[in-house]
Amino acid sequence: METAIKVTDFASAPINSKLSKEEKLDLLRGMLRIRRFEREALQQYNGGKMGGFLHLYIGQESVAVGACSLMGDNDHLITAYRCHGHALAVGMTMNECMAELYGKATGCSKGKGGSMHLFAPDKNFWGGHGIVGGQTPLGLGLAYGLKYKGLKGAALCFLGDGAVNQGCFYESLNMAALFELPVIYVIENNKYSMGTSLERSSVVKDCLAQRGEAFLVDWAQAGGEDIYEVRAAVQTAIERAHNKSKPTVLELDTYRYYGHSVSDAKHKGGYRSNDEIEAYKRDHDPIQLYKRRLIAEGILTEEEFEKLNEEAKQEAKASVQFAEDSPLPEDASIFEDVYFEVDRQTEAGRTGKHFFHD
Amino acid sequence: MALIEYRDALNQAFAEEIERDPNVVLIGEEVAQYDGAYKVTRGLWKKFGDKRVVDTPISEAAFIGMGVGASMLGLRPVMELMFWSFCTVAYDQIVNNAAQIRYMSGGLINCPIVIRGPANGGTNVGATHSHTPENWLANVPGLKVVSAATAYDAKGLMKTAIRDNDPVMFMENTLLYGEKGEVPEEEYLIPLGKADIKKEGKDISLIAHGRAALTALKAAELLAAEHDIDAEVIDLRSIRPLDEEAILASVRKTHRAVLVDENKPFCGVSAQIAAMLQEKCFDDLDAPVLRVTALDAPAIYAPKVEPKQLPRPQDVIAKVLSIC
Repeated sequence: METAIKVTDFASAPINSKLSKEEKLDLLRGMLRIRRFEREALQQYNGGKMGGFLHLYIGQESVAVGACSLMGDNDHLITAYRCHGHALAVGMTMNECMAELYGKATGCSKGKGGSMHLFAPDKNFWGGHGIVGGQTPLGLGLAYGLKYKGLKGAALCFLGDGAVNQGCFYESLNMAALFELPVIYVIENNKYSMGTSLERSSVVKDCLAQRGEAFLVDWAQAGGEDIYEVRAAVQTAIERAHNKSKPTVLELDTYRYYGHSVSDAKHKGGYRSNDEIEAYKRDHDPIQLYKRRLIAEGILTEEEFEKLNEEAKQEAKASVQFAEDSPLPEDASIFEDVYFEVDRQTEAGRTGKHFFHD
Repeated sequence: MALIEYRDALNQAFAEEIERDPNVVLIGEEVAQYDGAYKVTRGLWKKFGDKRVVDTPISEAAFIGMGVGASMLGLRPVMELMFWSFCTVAYDQIVNNAAQIRYMSGGLINCPIVIRGPANGGTNVGATHSHTPENWLANVPGLKVVSAATAYDAKGLMKTAIRDNDPVMFMENTLLYGEKGEVPEEEYLIPLGKADIKKEGKDISLIAHGRAALTALKAAELLAAEHDIDAEVIDLRSIRPLDEEAILASVRKTHRAVLVDENKPFCGVSAQIAAMLQEKCFDDLDAPVLRVTALDAPAIYAPKVEPKQLPRPQDVIAKVLSIC
């Protein structure tokens, strides 16, 4: 069944109407790269190549790619543990990300962070954070730093629908409004905080962003499956941050196809039905929706789509090879990157005992 | 040298570092317009204004996390916790964010933050306000932990802590804020990781940090006057990094050690020192290493009883006499 393009056509929003053909294809490419990267990662994870958790972003690609496509030099991003999508969307390479998942020395964090802790401060990407909601005060701090330095920028702080029930988020909202800080809290509402549905975790069922109202923070709800809608909604928040130095809570409606993490066996036919998952994939898949739109716009053919898909797939496969071929971290590296002063062997780093093992 | 209060020594350190580095900003509850709950930051808001001295709501998790986030962008926030006891509500931000961000990013991100405030019992404010969390924090690789006993140390250590590129947890003491000490007019810095021999001696080493170092010093005076025992007093000043060499050198000289510690005994700072001494000074010791710590129960309120819960000179003397 074909899904009709929505009545509200965000293609005509100024931020989208000015996109060139190449920029539009870049958005598609960005989403495909995330999906192909994660499919590869899943396969390798199931093959025992990685440790720990693997929280997949598949189904939500339009959110990270749409938002990141708007970031300027002074716009920063921080997110939670479901971070592969944001990492790739800010411009990190598949190689450094896949190698990090493998726990290899060539990973972006030298194998010290893992899947939940990807970082690229040179691309204004500050992680990758494992504690639910724990990144929300850090996002506040990035915005504080921008304002302190007199820079016109925004701090995009992503969180899930589960994280909105953490206390530090509310403390942060109050301070963001009080200090007039350019932080944008983007709630990626994928309906489930691990195995607990929104219905079972929130007293208000149909809107989370509204919670910003208690702090006089401007808020909005938008669809997350249409990348043009994501861009239009995020752009409004970025303009508020840049021009008024004010915060926003923006809730984007989205869905994850896989479990909370790969080890979440109950996500299919447990806390959510197979029908629900299949219906979402069929009718709301952000890549398929955008593909149809670009074909309708006459700037993409099926063949060209397949070519982009294949390129992403090959890039992902190459990143697996890169990770496979990469060396493990040296045992001695366990003690590197703990203290700046020790790593640099400054006078401070050479004074006193910093480590207490034998 | 000027004789000034411990709180004013800290105040001078803040003023000098604010003037020196445009990225230094003081943030916390009541630090600006109220002049600080314990008047440590008095006059600084008036002098430096809203940008450099910032009042926050009572939201430790958010403002400590905000400081961590701002430090990632290159600011050098000096965050006040009105009591270190309140770190419990900001613990995730300290332990999971400030301490781990450099490591988990493979060294890509730094966190040059100072978190400071009083960490002591003995003021009849009950268990919730009387924690001494230096051992909780020193247990976390990535954090540095400092404890100042005198005005001189407070100023020199604070200036170093602010310039340090790692997160430094700075322990002060409400019972010491009003204590006067000599502080030089000219600038000085005290390195982290250097203990101070507060009194030289040959018969026994009393090893302590914070106010316990002053308790040890008092005990040493009495031991000399009344028992002809010449005790050496080592003030750690910095807990992590730790001046292991100074501790070992002292014990190798005196062959005896009593550790004085306002921490609770279980895995307290002195427990770490004791483990180190038995491992590295076993053959030098003429007696078991003994400890005088806070009594192992929540801090009692009762004003007439609480002083007994913390190490007193007579407690130290009793332990010393049992092995000398």
